[in-house]
Amino acid sequence: MKVWLNNKEVETDSITVSQFLEELLLPRYGIAVALDNKLLPQGQWSETLLYEGMRLVVIKAACGG
Amino acid sequence: MEKLVIAGREFRSRLFLGTGKFSSNDLMKRAINASGTEMVTLAMKRIELDDKDDDMLQHIINPNIQLLPNTSGVRNAEEAIFAAQLSREAFGTNWLKLEIHPDPRYLLPDSTETLKATEQLVKMGFVVLPYCQADPTLCKRLEEAGAATVMPLGAPIGTNKGLQTREFLRIIIEQSGVPVVVDAGIGAPSHAAEAMEMGAAACLVNTAIAVAGNPERMAIAFKQAVEAGRMAYESGLGLQADSLVAEASSPLTSFLND
Repeated sequence: MKVWLNNKEVETDSITVSQFLEELLLPRYGIAVALDNKLLPQGQWSETLLYEGMRLVVIKAACGG
Repeated sequence: MEKLVIAGREFRSRLFLGTGKFSSNDLMKRAINASGTEMVTLAMKRIELDDKDDDMLQHIINPNIQLLPNTSGVRNAEEAIFAAQLSREAFGTNWLKLEIHPDPRYLLPDSTETLKATEQLVKMGFVVLPYCQADPTLCKRLEEAGAATVMPLGAPIGTNKGLQTREFLRIIIEQSGVPVVVDAGIGAPSHAAEAMEMGAAACLVNTAIAVAGNPERMAIAFKQAVEAGRMAYESGLGLQADSLVAEASSPLTSFLND
């Protein structure tokens, strides 16, 4: 299946958002996920199923004043 | 020195640090440690899968340091609220430096959107520290909306031009019922000392430390300046004379001649 992560198409075999983030080796702390411009709370990652063309945004910390 | 209290949390240091523009995360960490700061800002960015950058977060996580995520990059209140929700989820804190500056040239904050976002974010349980214009009326409105501090600018971000807004900062400090943190434009330890002598509760400094020849030593210089300025304020500065006519501080009676 192909999903969109931060505007880039990614091929994945994962079933859930949680598995997808693990597949990408992303840490659980220090990131946040949005789906359709709404926050997807961490508590919902394991129950949210991926679907073809799904658009996810994942953010992390950056240096800034 | 009196302790600074913001939203019930005590701070011994009145110097807040930004984490932008350091040449490396290691240098940033050393400057943070040298400054003695207990409040550090950070921004957010989208993850890039091929980006193997050193994670900056691990360099600033410290139980003595309050993380202050900012909303840099948002253009209005709606985007700021979305960014705030992401930051609370990612960093586990409801503290937020609210900054809405849609104009990329001067990066001046949008007062209308900042006030609107503050009102909503406070209702959502955020501890909101808004970066704002040095506008006394706006600062009172932000305070009434529940802002934990106000953070008026001294000069545009990154300019190192010092307290260009000093007379308005004086009014804001005189009127404010919440701590006044001077943010942006502070380019030298003397600027920070001046803000603290005026009665500012704290200073937020980034560029001046990050781009210094020796950021670690500059962080110490700012630490000392903030402490000196605060101590001077708490000690009560002497009044400035209206004219240049001298007032002797030594006896003027002649003692060498009869």
